[in-house]
Amino acid sequence: MNLYVLLKMVPDTVEELNVASDDKSLDAEFLRFKLNDPDEHALEQALLLKEKAGGKVTVVALDAPEVDDALFTALAKGADRAVKIPVEQAGLGTVATARLFAAFLASGGSEITPDTLVLPGSQAIDDLEGEVAAFLGEALGLPYVGVVSSVAPAGGKVVVLKEFSGGMRGEFEVALPAVLGIQSAEKPPRYVPVAKVRAVMKSGKIESADIAPPDPARALAVERMYKPEVAGRAQMLEGTPEDVATRIAGLLAERGII
Amino acid sequence: MSAAILVLAEHLKGAMADITFEMLGVGRKIAAAEGRQVHAVLLGTGVTPLAGRLGAADSVLLADEPGLEQPSAEVVVPLLQQLMNQKQAGLVLMGGTNACFGLGAQLSARVKLPFVNFCKDARADGGALVLTSQLFGGKILSDVKLADGRGIVSVYPGAFPAEAGRSEQAPAVEKVTVPPASPKIVFKRYVEPDTSDVDITKQSVLVAVGRGIQSQDNVGLAEELAQSLGGAVCASRPVIDQGWLPLSRQVGKSGMTVKPRLYLAFGISGAPEHWDGMQNSECIISVNTDPKAPIFDGSHYGVVGDAVELIPLLTEKIKAKKG
Amino acid sequence: MDPIQISVFGVPGVGVLWLLTLVAFGVFGWRVWQLIGLLRRGRFENRFDQIVRRAWHACRHVLLQPRIFGERSIGLPHFLIFWGFVVYVVCFNWALLRGLLPFLPIPYPDAVGPAALFLDVFSVLVLVSLGVAVARRLFFAPPHLHLSFDANLILALIGVLMLSVLFGAGFRLAAGDPGATWTPFGRLLAPAFGGLPAHTAHALGAAMWWLHMTVVLGFLVYLPYSKHLHLLASPFNVFFSGAVTRPLGDLTIPGAKEDVAPGASKWEELTWKQLLSGFSCAECGRCDRACPATAAGYPLEPQQIAQKIKRHMMQTGLAKAGGNGNGGAPKLIGDVITEAELWACTTCMACMTRCAVWNEQIPLIIALRRHLVSEGAVERTVQDMLANLTRYGNSFGKSDRMRARWVQSSGLKIKDARKEPVEYLWFVGDYASYDPRCEEVTRKTAKIFAQSGLDFGLLYEGERNAGNDVRRVGEEGLFEMLKEKNLQSLAKAKYRAIVTTDPHTFNTLKNEYPGNGDRAPVKHYTEVLDELLQAGRLPLKKKLTGRVTYHDPCYLGRYNGIYEAPRRVLRALGLEVVEMPRTRDRSHCCGAGGGRIWMEDKEKIAERPAENRIREAVALGDVPTLVVACPKDIAMFRDAVKTTGAEARLAVKDIAELVADALEI
Repeated sequence: MNLYVLLKMVPDTVEELNVASDDKSLDAEFLRFKLNDPDEHALEQALLLKEKAGGKVTVVALDAPEVDDALFTALAKGADRAVKIPVEQAGLGTVATARLFAAFLASGGSEITPDTLVLPGSQAIDDLEGEVAAFLGEALGLPYVGVVSSVAPAGGKVVVLKEFSGGMRGEFEVALPAVLGIQSAEKPPRYVPVAKVRAVMKSGKIESADIAPPDPARALAVERMYKPEVAGRAQMLEGTPEDVATRIAGLLAERGII
Repeated sequence: MSAAILVLAEHLKGAMADITFEMLGVGRKIAAAEGRQVHAVLLGTGVTPLAGRLGAADSVLLADEPGLEQPSAEVVVPLLQQLMNQKQAGLVLMGGTNACFGLGAQLSARVKLPFVNFCKDARADGGALVLTSQLFGGKILSDVKLADGRGIVSVYPGAFPAEAGRSEQAPAVEKVTVPPASPKIVFKRYVEPDTSDVDITKQSVLVAVGRGIQSQDNVGLAEELAQSLGGAVCASRPVIDQGWLPLSRQVGKSGMTVKPRLYLAFGISGAPEHWDGMQNSECIISVNTDPKAPIFDGSHYGVVGDAVELIPLLTEKIKAKKG
Repeated sequence: MDPIQISVFGVPGVGVLWLLTLVAFGVFGWRVWQLIGLLRRGRFENRFDQIVRRAWHACRHVLLQPRIFGERSIGLPHFLIFWGFVVYVVCFNWALLRGLLPFLPIPYPDAVGPAALFLDVFSVLVLVSLGVAVARRLFFAPPHLHLSFDANLILALIGVLMLSVLFGAGFRLAAGDPGATWTPFGRLLAPAFGGLPAHTAHALGAAMWWLHMTVVLGFLVYLPYSKHLHLLASPFNVFFSGAVTRPLGDLTIPGAKEDVAPGASKWEELTWKQLLSGFSCAECGRCDRACPATAAGYPLEPQQIAQKIKRHMMQTGLAKAGGNGNGGAPKLIGDVITEAELWACTTCMACMTRCAVWNEQIPLIIALRRHLVSEGAVERTVQDMLANLTRYGNSFGKSDRMRARWVQSSGLKIKDARKEPVEYLWFVGDYASYDPRCEEVTRKTAKIFAQSGLDFGLLYEGERNAGNDVRRVGEEGLFEMLKEKNLQSLAKAKYRAIVTTDPHTFNTLKNEYPGNGDRAPVKHYTEVLDELLQAGRLPLKKKLTGRVTYHDPCYLGRYNGIYEAPRRVLRALGLEVVEMPRTRDRSHCCGAGGGRIWMEDKEKIAERPAENRIREAVALGDVPTLVVACPKDIAMFRDAVKTTGAEARLAVKDIAELVADALEI
């Protein structure tokens, strides 16, 4: 199978997020980036498919802080090729990003074969304009299913499980080539030892894709970005654990729960 | 006359999902401000009986055909495009749920209108529409303006009141035919979670555990507490992913939506995906070691502390109170 | 009387002796060569440095055997059996030489007064010791002592050897042989044979000699096939011991290229010294008896690690080549040793401290862990921890900028060592910085330092997890990365000494970070408190009274020998320190080390190490406080107090809390 995994770096919410003085973007001072969680699962799913059905895994990303780490880690985990599109991801928005990826996949640096699967993560926490996977499917004219939690090759197709609510899932048969938005892989993302990543950083290579950036304009102009007012915050209960437990028991009795 | 509004109704297994009413409510609000029409689009197999619930809309565009159970985007997107043209609709509202995931984006690409995700608030501003979306797990909000009030919007579940979209009125129902398609995505079947276990949606007391309970052994402590309260244990996604509890106990966007009288959240940070599943609980008491955990923003009571320490103490006190 | 002057089925005695000797030595030599061949297939490791120190160490521990005396019932008996063996080996070779070359003008050993005396006295001493050993095995065998047929056979053979000499002396005396004069015990036995005719007694005397020689030669052949191989292997094992040339807490892999330190997935990937452990292990079980994981019911038994590797090596290494290929060969990790065994180790060092042959169980386990890590075969929680450590430099997954947040709530202004020079650089550590259970203690420690006028500072966000437990989990690459980052931060700071809260941090900064020992001393905060109190820089506002007991942290005590400083601090405060039965180097690990604090218990455990230790403290009776000096101990023991229901009887306090009490901070 010809597998492409699209990686995106997103702000790490472990840090405090603040709005920049222009009120339209994030304050970059303490901003750190990490690989979008579903993208990690997409990579894992791709590697699992390669182990099951053979083939090649290519990881592709736009230029962003710390993206090299993510690409080298992907190579250390078992990806065959890593490609960086030398266009800055920041300020692009999902629609333009999807167009760039589409341009890459249509370019000479890659190809869409009858057994191609493109696996972006299902969504990202900054997808104001929507999910890359959906736009990509549309741009490439390929069938697309999102929120996928399992992929099994079946002849020239794949059988996927899509998550609904209530723990229910739906089974779909999808003809290849296709775009699948991966929510979670069949197994948790594998661990790769730091030594291996560092070794790959020395010996491995990240290719650069030669793509003229198509119109990078954002589809949506953000008027204002701000932090939510925390209204209706909880009434905090103080004291020793003993005290608190007593208080809660009291509250529950008042409300007739016990 | 401004462009009409389409609302894509969501339903699962013969029941209308709340998000549909939420969307109808906000659709009506916008329509009222601008004199627009609201049409509900109902697709599926055997869904005709549900059409009567959509009275808040000016009309229901119904497509009830075999093979439309979980229709592929290859069918829905062209149909919506067709309906948009038919009704001169410039605004389409869809649910931010797993069911129609990605549909909005695809439609937006097809009809070349902007797509706005995670929408929590909408207000008309002249002929324009200002939409507020939440990003980064709810930590940041952004306002976006659709200058001509035209676009595809993914509505965040639970952001708008469902009541505003319910109506006793019988709507006008218009049958639509689905354009033929040979989809490359074929729905096969549903895969149910193992329901031999407890149905947490039916419990009036839920003891929820998250990463903060640290280890599988402590789930037992939560079970004891749940028992003392006559309830059941449920969990956020990380705990389910670890395998400490079965899938049927997951609360959240991909899990169950619950509305118990009491929701005790232990060691749960309150990420939006989890919040989705329990925000309407009557009384939410949360315990977390991080005073900045988002769960405190929406809880009724909060404790900054160690869940593992508190759970057995609470069990003790409750047993004592019950005598 | 020359026992060699006989003939067996027409063959002269000398000939028989030559035959037996050649066969025995031949088989012995061939077998030993075979075993050495196995060792040579292991990886090379340079243990040939500092020969003089090694020789001294070997002399002390092989000849005086202080560790054997650690278990009183068998200490003296084994010492006597060992020295008896030495004497007998000398005399055997003497007698053999004389027997093989009868034209040599030398007497037999039992004809030489002092030699006969040694033989005689030791035969009785050894017999008594054997009696104790047998009784121990039969009636009061400690757990994990391997009660094998092999062991019993050896005891029996030694018994035969002793008896043959005793009886031989007795028979010769009864036969009127004047040579055997310095044999008090033989003399005691002689009257029993008084009724025998002289030539019969003579013949029996010679028979005893032949019995003795044959049994020894037989023993020689049996030795390299039995657990008594430890006779040959353990002196070398002790000689080549790592503890001679390096501190215990230094697990730096010698000769590792950068941070690609391979683990071992096959026995050939272990070093020759690690493989020697199997041959040196005397199956005594001291390590198992000391191991907190074994006591808790985890699948780990340190003795079995060495034994399993040995058996596996012998099985696969000595198998006929080209038999059934490698298809059905058991895998070292997985079949022979399970992953659960490897992950159960807390690296507490109890096994290595007690091992009588100085085996190095911990580096062996870690070598196998390194392989598991390189395969990504680590459990989920550990993976998450390692990912957190890689990304944020701490195991809590919190931002590195939050590391020094506790300073704000302490109300103190603490110097930034990166910006201004300080005397003491305080390397706080993850748990003390991020864990809410430990925050209070950290604040108090800061206040104590401040009050004493100590000139100290922090690295603030420049500090990363020092990496001790990362290395012990087997993630060498991550350890190197953390070490590099910390060294960079340290290079920017100006300080004269380092003080740490956590003994794990202390261990790695002191022993595994280059240059620290020489340039700037690394101290644990209890050492600093001790110094401050002794120098009068911490005048107490009130004396504390009462009885407390102190838990020696593994990485402070066994690893680095610091036992007295914390005790001095407690006594200076006015407290009476009551020792638990397992004190100092016998301290029972809390179970958090070796990355175990990040792991989950998948199996049903009989009793967690921390709970076991709490029960020991409670059993002291009227000691209401358990004092600790490690943040992980605080976390583990406070939890254990709850789960054992001992809240009313025992409180867990850190030394800093007590000092703060006395200073009324």
